[in-house]
Amino acid sequence: MRAALRHPAAWWALLVLGCMPWAWLLAQTLQDQLGPNPAEALIRATGDWTLRSLCVVLAVSPLRTLLGWPELLRFRRMLGLLVFGYASLHLLCYAWFDMGFDLADTLQDIVKRPFIWLGFSGFVILLVLAATSFNRAVRWLGGKRWQMLHWGVYAVAVLAVLHFWWMRAGKQDFEEVLVYAAILAALLGWRLLRSMWRS
Amino acid sequence: MIIRSSSSGFLHPVPSDITPQAAYQSRRDLMRQIAAGSAGVALAGWGLRDAQAQMTRPGQLPPLASVPTKMAGAMVLDKLTPYKDAATYNNFYEFGTDKSDPAKRAHTLMTDPWSVEIEGLVKNPARVNLEDLLKWGAMEERIYRLRCVEGWSMVIPWVGYSLADLIRRVEPLPGAKFVEFVTQADPKTMPGLRSSVLDWPYLEGLRMDEAMHPLTLLAFGMYGEVMPKQNGAPLRLVVPWKYGFKSSKSLVKIRFTDKQPVISWEKSAPQEYGFYSNVNPNVDHPRWSQATERRIGEDGLLAKKRKTLMFNGYETQVGQLYAGMDLKKFF
Repeated sequence: MRAALRHPAAWWALLVLGCMPWAWLLAQTLQDQLGPNPAEALIRATGDWTLRSLCVVLAVSPLRTLLGWPELLRFRRMLGLLVFGYASLHLLCYAWFDMGFDLADTLQDIVKRPFIWLGFSGFVILLVLAATSFNRAVRWLGGKRWQMLHWGVYAVAVLAVLHFWWMRAGKQDFEEVLVYAAILAALLGWRLLRSMWRS
Repeated sequence: MIIRSSSSGFLHPVPSDITPQAAYQSRRDLMRQIAAGSAGVALAGWGLRDAQAQMTRPGQLPPLASVPTKMAGAMVLDKLTPYKDAATYNNFYEFGTDKSDPAKRAHTLMTDPWSVEIEGLVKNPARVNLEDLLKWGAMEERIYRLRCVEGWSMVIPWVGYSLADLIRRVEPLPGAKFVEFVTQADPKTMPGLRSSVLDWPYLEGLRMDEAMHPLTLLAFGMYGEVMPKQNGAPLRLVVPWKYGFKSSKSLVKIRFTDKQPVISWEKSAPQEYGFYSNVNPNVDHPRWSQATERRIGEDGLLAKKRKTLMFNGYETQVGQLYAGMDLKKFF
């Protein structure tokens, strides 16, 4: 397994796998297979995949340590950029299909639906992280500062769950929200416990 | 006989019985063209109306015979929502809160036998069997816009008769000022009842003059067939100028009262949902705008959302019911 992870093709295989939901949604869109309300279906699906990819990228460090597989580290940046990619699609689908790129309508909508602020804040953090994901950015910022900046992903996890929870609050339908909340809480909790145990 | 038999009345047929939507849609389009062409420009609207009224059977359920209504404003000329969309995308919380849940789960609903209890301030309280209720008015087809409070809309050909026909027959007492509607609540067949999002059974209500308004429809079918279970079989209310949740499904009780009923959504979130809940683009939901809507099955992904109309476009017919009322206060 570890040898397979070290194989150069493994990185590409994982990237292709990570882009499959995107390709699948695109194919469904082009074939008009998204059901009675395609805009809603796309906004929800891209939001779901943002949360899922966030769970995956945050699982890298715990798995690396618990399984003793340092090889996993070489996938982390790509997985992080996938989160940013799905979050961007989510925002794009909202701004385009729901708001028709109308700035006045969008501003009005954001005032009415504060949960959108939470999601947007999370997106801004992801944007900063994606913009500083290059090797040279690490050198510019210095390793320590770069790492502190990239702890921002923990804030993204909290914002993403709150965004989803608030969106579902109208129907009091929290089952799915709780699944993501539990997974992300476990992944962040593991880090917290580990740092406490170390110090 | 309107329904084939009491035992097969609301059963779903085998998939091979189902006419593909494309087949009936193309026939409908053809009829529309013929109607528009032969009748000339001036009469195109009438031709379209008749073509729409008669060419809508999807072939999914037993037919329910009716005649196109003659009532002014009860036959809108908007393009019909495809049956497939109307029957697979709707809210019926008794079967789950996702809009795809009712179509997936409502097959468990038992609609035979079915009766409706008519009670309260009424001269002739009774428990009426569905078979009898079907004969209490002349079945009409009416094409109404339906606007959901969530911001989407459809255009649906319903089959039924004015609720006023039923009300006149049971003779409310002078003290009856409101009508309350109770929806079926059976935990064995309705998995959504496990959710605490609403108090069950689902309660709705209308002021007597709203209930007596000829547009207020007691619907037993749609698209020329008996009502699909997910859309509120075997009978439901349709109040086209109010948000969709006012149109209760699967009715089991109609109660005449002297006090304004507290409706389920009002009880659950009084700041967000009021007794009247008239479609009104100028009064926003506290959490979102009501100025625009997305027409399901018609407005494409890139279409701009359309403007929501005052009273959902039925202002001429119902505006006078609310003359002098502050609609921001009585939302």
